Amino acid sequence: MRISPRHLCRLAAVATLSMMCVAGAAVLPDDRADLFWSTYRGGGMDITGESVLVRKKFSENFAMEANYFVDKVSGASIDVLSQASVIKDERKQKTLSLDYIHDKTQYNLSYTDSTERDYISNTTHFSLSQDMFGDLTTVTLGFTDSRNKVGENNGGTNTPKIEWLGHATSRSYEGGLSQILTKNLIAGATVEIITDQGLLSNPYRSIRYRVDPSINPLGYALGSQVYPNTHTSTAGEVRAKYYLPYRAAASVSYRYFSDTWGIRANTIELGYTQPVSNKWIFEGRLRHYNQNSATFYSDLFPFANSQNFEARDQNLAASTNNTIDGKVTWAFAPSGFLIFKRATASFDVTRIQFKYGDFRNIKDFNVTPAGGGYQPGTEPLYAFDAMVYQVYISMFF
Amino acid sequence: MRKSAMLAVAGAGLLLGACSIQPWVKPYERDRLADPIMAWDRDAISAGYLDHIYESREGSRGATGTAGGGCGCN
Repeated sequence: MRISPRHLCRLAAVATLSMMCVAGAAVLPDDRADLFWSTYRGGGMDITGESVLVRKKFSENFAMEANYFVDKVSGASIDVLSQASVIKDERKQKTLSLDYIHDKTQYNLSYTDSTERDYISNTTHFSLSQDMFGDLTTVTLGFTDSRNKVGENNGGTNTPKIEWLGHATSRSYEGGLSQILTKNLIAGATVEIITDQGLLSNPYRSIRYRVDPSINPLGYALGSQVYPNTHTSTAGEVRAKYYLPYRAAASVSYRYFSDTWGIRANTIELGYTQPVSNKWIFEGRLRHYNQNSATFYSDLFPFANSQNFEARDQNLAASTNNTIDGKVTWAFAPSGFLIFKRATASFDVTRIQFKYGDFRNIKDFNVTPAGGGYQPGTEPLYAFDAMVYQVYISMFF
Repeated sequence: MRKSAMLAVAGAGLLLGACSIQPWVKPYERDRLADPIMAWDRDAISAGYLDHIYESREGSRGATGTAGGGCGCN
């Protein structure tokens, strides 16, 4: 098809006008090195984490970041313990991330490899961010692809025998907007759609269904979970942060989640940041979360194979959790030392209170006298508190 | 005027309109927004770690601003 010169001129004019919206340049974050230690205790689990992160610019436009993270797990969550012994495991995660800036656009490409004895995950992430409208607005688009290999340890903690059960893939599509509203107020919104396919159930968790006490004195038997092999979810978050006149910041965020498994969840967070002189920053955070149960979830099914899909994973149960978090950051070298232009140390304490609406504690309670004499389906609802401690040192150069 | 030309002119007008939006917060008024306390997440490892805890214990996920690897966290 032949395009007329007049039509080409119009197209060129539109292209030129669109380019006029773009002016100025984005800036890469500071070079830094972080050392991180953490512990999580709660719900029968003891997890320690250690991490090292290094970020370095190689030019005004190009930076690289490398992160190594190790999780050491001792114990297991209650629905695993109800039918298995305590486990010990270690997860190693390595991430390499590249940032490139061209004018007002920042591109990020990262690759993460996560390895446990019975679970291997490889994740590739790409995103781009564009500043526009006088740098008041930043639009971000992201895509993430994960390929996971799922296995089960049929041996002991010290003599593992891994059986590889299958694969699962996950793809995520994310869009975000950050907007400066006033000289004191910034707001943002994010939407993320995630689709999974493959083996999506946890092989260590079981359902339970009623049986006659003559078959099992407990009045129930355990069986394998059966999950759908697809899962799609949508999450949307809005948030805002306000600069208070006496140099402090207050933030609020709300996230709504829904998925094809019937789960609907709400998350609300409030945050407050108070610096004191140039050496200390104190932060507090409150978080409330609630969700209903998945459509194929039940704490106690009426009989074996009562429905096509069955789950008793506590993550799919109706639950609420409340978090209170406090963090203090100390700039112990605000003017720098050696090659570092500044350095900070942070200590963060988090308490999370979990309560379940339809997941019962069958590890500690059952129909026997020692178990409290609870008939199946009347055991106390499960609840636990978790404490998380984080300590990290950040050095900027 | 042909329809395609009208559409091109209308689109250019919209773009010109967007370009003509003057930033209502001038660059010299953004010192507070550039304060480190106004960053969404100053510490990526800490934020990612807490998000990982919540994703391992909750049925929801996504729209948290962090992207990490999967895990078979029990």
